[in-house]
Amino acid sequence: MPAPPFKMNFTYSKVMVRMLSFAQTIPRVGIVGAGTAGFYAAMHLSKNVTNIQIDIFEKLPVPFGLVRYGVAPDHPEVKNVINQFTKVAQHPNVNFYGNVTLGKDVTLCQLRQNYDAVLLCYGADEDKTLGIENEDATNIVAARNFVGWYNGSPSDKNLKIDLSGSTAAILGQGNVALDVARILLTPVDELRKTDITEYALATLAESKLTEIYLIGRRGPLQVAFTIKELREQLKLKNCKTIWREQDFKGVSEMVGYLERPRKRLTELMLKSLQDNPVDFSQCQRLKYFKPIFFRSPTKFITGIDKKLSAIKLDCTKLIGDKLEEQRPVPIGESEVIDCSLAFRSIGYKSVPVDKNLVFTKYGTVANNKGCIIDNNVSSDLGRLYVAGWLGTGPVGVILHTMGNAFQVAKVISEDLKLSTLSKSKGGFEEVRKIIAKKNNFIVGWAGWEKIDKYEIEQGKLKGKPREKICSIDKMLEVALM
Amino acid sequence: MDTFNFSVNITYVDKDGKKTKVRGKVGDNAMYLAHRHGIEMEGACEASLACTTCHVYVQSEYFDKLPPSEEKEDDLLDMAPFLKENSRLGCQITLTKDLEGMELRLPKATRNFYVDGHKPTPH
Repeated sequence: MPAPPFKMNFTYSKVMVRMLSFAQTIPRVGIVGAGTAGFYAAMHLSKNVTNIQIDIFEKLPVPFGLVRYGVAPDHPEVKNVINQFTKVAQHPNVNFYGNVTLGKDVTLCQLRQNYDAVLLCYGADEDKTLGIENEDATNIVAARNFVGWYNGSPSDKNLKIDLSGSTAAILGQGNVALDVARILLTPVDELRKTDITEYALATLAESKLTEIYLIGRRGPLQVAFTIKELREQLKLKNCKTIWREQDFKGVSEMVGYLERPRKRLTELMLKSLQDNPVDFSQCQRLKYFKPIFFRSPTKFITGIDKKLSAIKLDCTKLIGDKLEEQRPVPIGESEVIDCSLAFRSIGYKSVPVDKNLVFTKYGTVANNKGCIIDNNVSSDLGRLYVAGWLGTGPVGVILHTMGNAFQVAKVISEDLKLSTLSKSKGGFEEVRKIIAKKNNFIVGWAGWEKIDKYEIEQGKLKGKPREKICSIDKMLEVALM
Repeated sequence: MDTFNFSVNITYVDKDGKKTKVRGKVGDNAMYLAHRHGIEMEGACEASLACTTCHVYVQSEYFDKLPPSEEKEDDLLDMAPFLKENSRLGCQITLTKDLEGMELRLPKATRNFYVDGHKPTPH
């Protein structure tokens, strides 16, 4: 039945008003953190939401997060993803604002007042600690800081690392642990072709390390590293891998029950164990890589000047049914490993940058499919989301972070489409005024391009793909000149 | 020779099941072909065998027509969520006449670790 003309008109005009206001309203998304999660989320949003305006804020003057500061210098192919991120940054609806720190230059609330959605992807900046005796001793280094050091991260460039001893121990058996081992064991001349920092090369060239332990609390069937990284380690020139045969008791019997990835990884370890009769007759410059299992560090033993001299390890056995969830328990015996340097590589956690963020016991921001559950929501604040390691925990490679970022971006774009944005938010124009009260040096994409060009030029002089600028002042000088 | 003889018709199926038919040619790389046609297949490392972002499922009857994967590709596939028997990397598939009519299916989105009950690996 047709509605009376008056009502029809009324409805019609209301729809018109809504359509007009929608057409004029620009959905604004603020992203915090210009790493893998931030760029992939921006990629998805810029493709799928028309008219969107995306501003990516980054604490450092330079973009790309762990692609620049985490990926090992001898893995240049992995860094090709920078080309995709660069295309995203050059999209007309995407802006990059470097040298802006959330919690210092601008608060979370201020961002939410000026954006329809705020996506946090500032990663996991801190390393987890073991919480054992003498952990503050000299020569105990967080793997994260060591990785940042060789990669030229401004906050790690002054790390003091003493490679004058013969033996180091890495605590942890993930891919970061293997990166650390590989960088320490690779003949330094091979690293000269990479974008590793000059100061790291100089220090590594003087290294006297010949033996590196890779220590795990659990067994070969629970290692966290992946096969690609292990294979690289096994193929390293002038380096022998020595496994402990007793660690592999019963392992070959399990192979048939494993899923493909763990099966292939375990088979590679078993093959290497068999291939590797210890042969000391080789050249003098041989180095040794020694993974050991079922050992849980309980104490760092120090000598004069609180310098590390050994690590005390509890021998463990595993309890529990499911292979991957088995837990180590001490069996009442222990072992002492002499070493003058130790790396702690047992994972990362995120830091809270705002008092309103609720963290889980895993050190991640509590969320549901990327939405941050927020009880004090007021309607004029933009919605809050999280992607990448800050939301998922520090697990997985670029692929996993990409998948997560796409998922969360999809949720954001659906939310944006459903919500009626009554009026445009202030966006960067307003946020700029807030930042300007404390900080006059925002680095835009053009600024990064200057840094990029400068680094590539400096690298050319040394036959490297780039020589990174490691000081924030120098970055700002190059970017803003 | 007629250019028609070089053409290979394949179909991409995205994660929502939407099919896109594409005419490629012999020698085309299945990942770059997807990119040229706006298919949402990523390629983070630009076919340098350093990532797994172009993971696809190859229609079973065509899987055996592909040259077997090399060790490096298998190592990368081991990182793929939802790895299957017919998994390959798109960047390692080169079109041949034998692949006429092949369907390549993109995997569904990566799991969201904590939401679906995944626990972080204890060390």
